[in-house]
Amino acid sequence: MEESTYRSHLLICCGTDCVSSGCEEIKSALEEELANNDLADEVKVIETGCHGFCEKGPVIIAYPEGVCYCELEPFDMAVIVKEHILNGRIIDELLYQEPLTEESISSYKELDFYSKQQRIALANCGYIDPEEIDDYIANDGYEALGRVLTEMTSQEVIEEVKDAGLRGRGGGGFPTGLKWQFAHDAESDKKYIICNADEGDPGAFMDRSLLEGDPHRIIEGMIIGGYAIGADEGYIYVRAEYPLAIERLQKAIDQAEEYGLLGEDIFSSSFDFKLQIKEGAGAFVCGEETALMASIEGKRGMPNPRPPYPAQKGLWGQPSNINNVETYANIPYIMLNGAEDFSSIGTEGSAGTKVFALTGNINNTGLAEVPMGITMREIIYDVAGGISDGKEFKAVQIGGPSGGCLPKDKLDLPVDYDSLIDAGVMMGSGGLVVMDEDICMVDVARFFLDFTQSESCGKCTPCREGTKRMLEILERITFGEGEEGDIELLKELSQNIKDTSLCGLGQTAPNPVLSTLEYFEDEYKAHIYEQTCPGGICQNLLGDYIINQDCIGCTTCIDTCPVDAVTGEKGEVHEIALDLCIACGTCVDDCPVDAIVQE
Amino acid sequence: MDCCTCNESDKSRQEYLAPLQTILDGYEGKEKDLIPILQESQEEYGYLAEEVLKEIASNLDLSFGQVYGVVTFYSQFHLEPRGENVIRICMGTACHVKGGDKILDKLKEELEIDDGETTDDLKFTLEAVACIGACGLAPVIMINDNTHGRLVPKDIPEILTQYE
Repeated sequence: MEESTYRSHLLICCGTDCVSSGCEEIKSALEEELANNDLADEVKVIETGCHGFCEKGPVIIAYPEGVCYCELEPFDMAVIVKEHILNGRIIDELLYQEPLTEESISSYKELDFYSKQQRIALANCGYIDPEEIDDYIANDGYEALGRVLTEMTSQEVIEEVKDAGLRGRGGGGFPTGLKWQFAHDAESDKKYIICNADEGDPGAFMDRSLLEGDPHRIIEGMIIGGYAIGADEGYIYVRAEYPLAIERLQKAIDQAEEYGLLGEDIFSSSFDFKLQIKEGAGAFVCGEETALMASIEGKRGMPNPRPPYPAQKGLWGQPSNINNVETYANIPYIMLNGAEDFSSIGTEGSAGTKVFALTGNINNTGLAEVPMGITMREIIYDVAGGISDGKEFKAVQIGGPSGGCLPKDKLDLPVDYDSLIDAGVMMGSGGLVVMDEDICMVDVARFFLDFTQSESCGKCTPCREGTKRMLEILERITFGEGEEGDIELLKELSQNIKDTSLCGLGQTAPNPVLSTLEYFEDEYKAHIYEQTCPGGICQNLLGDYIINQDCIGCTTCIDTCPVDAVTGEKGEVHEIALDLCIACGTCVDDCPVDAIVQE
Repeated sequence: MDCCTCNESDKSRQEYLAPLQTILDGYEGKEKDLIPILQESQEEYGYLAEEVLKEIASNLDLSFGQVYGVVTFYSQFHLEPRGENVIRICMGTACHVKGGDKILDKLKEELEIDDGETTDDLKFTLEAVACIGACGLAPVIMINDNTHGRLVPKDIPEILTQYE
């Protein structure tokens, strides 16, 4: 943080989730309260990117103490100014409580959520103002670039990245240094470097948070990459669904240009580099590198067969290198601290850290960066705070639509590229969706197939037709119309689609089905042969709704039932008329004592 | 879906296309500009009418088919007029796990339209989308640029009245 005369800094998280939770109102209330107390010159309010603790937003971290206040409301600001700032007392009621021990935690570093994390890519996220280049520079920003451009040859940069053992964070895990070497070795007057920020996996928001929270780090990583491969032009391809990321990135590019960090003769090194943003237009397949380049060219975003690889023939037929947002975010750290430092973090085959978006049935939804090799159990129970509502863990979905589901007995699996592949799933871009006992694994597989099927671009037959056939089978099973032989047919189709699809979308589309078949085949069998859904999700396989003796006669369900199927007197057990009931489940959600169940 | 007046006289057609001309003037007229031009045009007109697409095609020296192909490929582009308020409901994994489809059902019921449709009074368009990346707030919907998160079905009617 910049040296200053302020006695306190209040960092407000203004990532997308916290904006939705109302951080703008918090900020204006806080500023007003500070002004009222003549503190505006003594306390600085800083809007930062995502702190990662989305579950408890809006969040404020108060420095120098590092106290973390969460789930704030505008009226809490008066208390913070009066108690924390003026009286120097920590306000217990606004602190985070550990879900298991109910202990209030004051310093954010002591939160389990943060203590197991190791932040490289996210080092500045939630700590600096992403709209101020000076904040980034004050935290060693662009120092790596200066060193690279004035002291290193392009080959030395590539060697450093190779030695660091950095692998692509977009999912595939291809060694970054090697990729750069291919693009470097291709001969051409014109080369391009591209950043893939088309984060389309459902349940993933790592790239969005990085771009919103520390855009300069990505820019610095890309300029270094451009120097290494010999490109003087770069594109950042961002989803149009991320307006805040685009806005902050554009601001950062403008500032870097103003400071001479982008443009001609950067650091008087005679290296020129320009960078621009390309907005996506809503097509998941554009996350595939050849499709993404077609989209930049203004075409339908459909993949092309490889070889030729982008390193030989990429954007507009020129050698091009394409990496993911998080991959670039690691580059300045490697250049500044050296390959040895970086490769000492994580495991032998998977160096460094990985950022995960933690979602689903857990206590601490949010963004976390952990060293590779940490176990799934540590991520779910320590960082994410365990399963919410006191329920049982059933499965964790990793890697989005290209990944798969892991069961309870894989919880001690180390999370690194190779262990995950061995277990039949993949790292993917970093979405981790935790599921409790009330989830149906066949329905989860159907959900992902439904997604990949509708996002299939239609260019190659195995993906276009194969995923459709698989989806039809899964739908039949969840409707209670599964037949003998369905499981075998799913396995056969999966293998064919994996072997023959044109691009990564099709080649990985069957993974959610294969992994659930491997670990949860019993559930498929229960649907097909016993006509039951163990997770209690597939409506056709569940019995009628009834109200049991726990009913307190509060009449809530009578009021909310859309078809007036519930009757009864206040204070007496109510009843559902089965001929009228449409099994919509509204009453189940509204019942205060969970007295409505399916037989 | 001819744009109402543009076939009637040259003058009104020109008037209709004047904003498009300004947009086109801001670009070099190359194929790589197609998607940004379509995005800006849709921002201006609310949707992409046939007349607009024809004009863009001729300006970029592309066939109408090429432009139409790009427009129909990307889910962001629309060939029909859209509602004043666009409701995007997240169908991502986290939202699915937390009951997103119940929110969708409630919206369909309240608005009496199906996914992808627009109400007759052009007030609302309902659109199920893959993931809007606000998984921490699941289940979540976005109305225009506003995100509404951690929803249960009964929250929906009140939220809708804010936009009526």
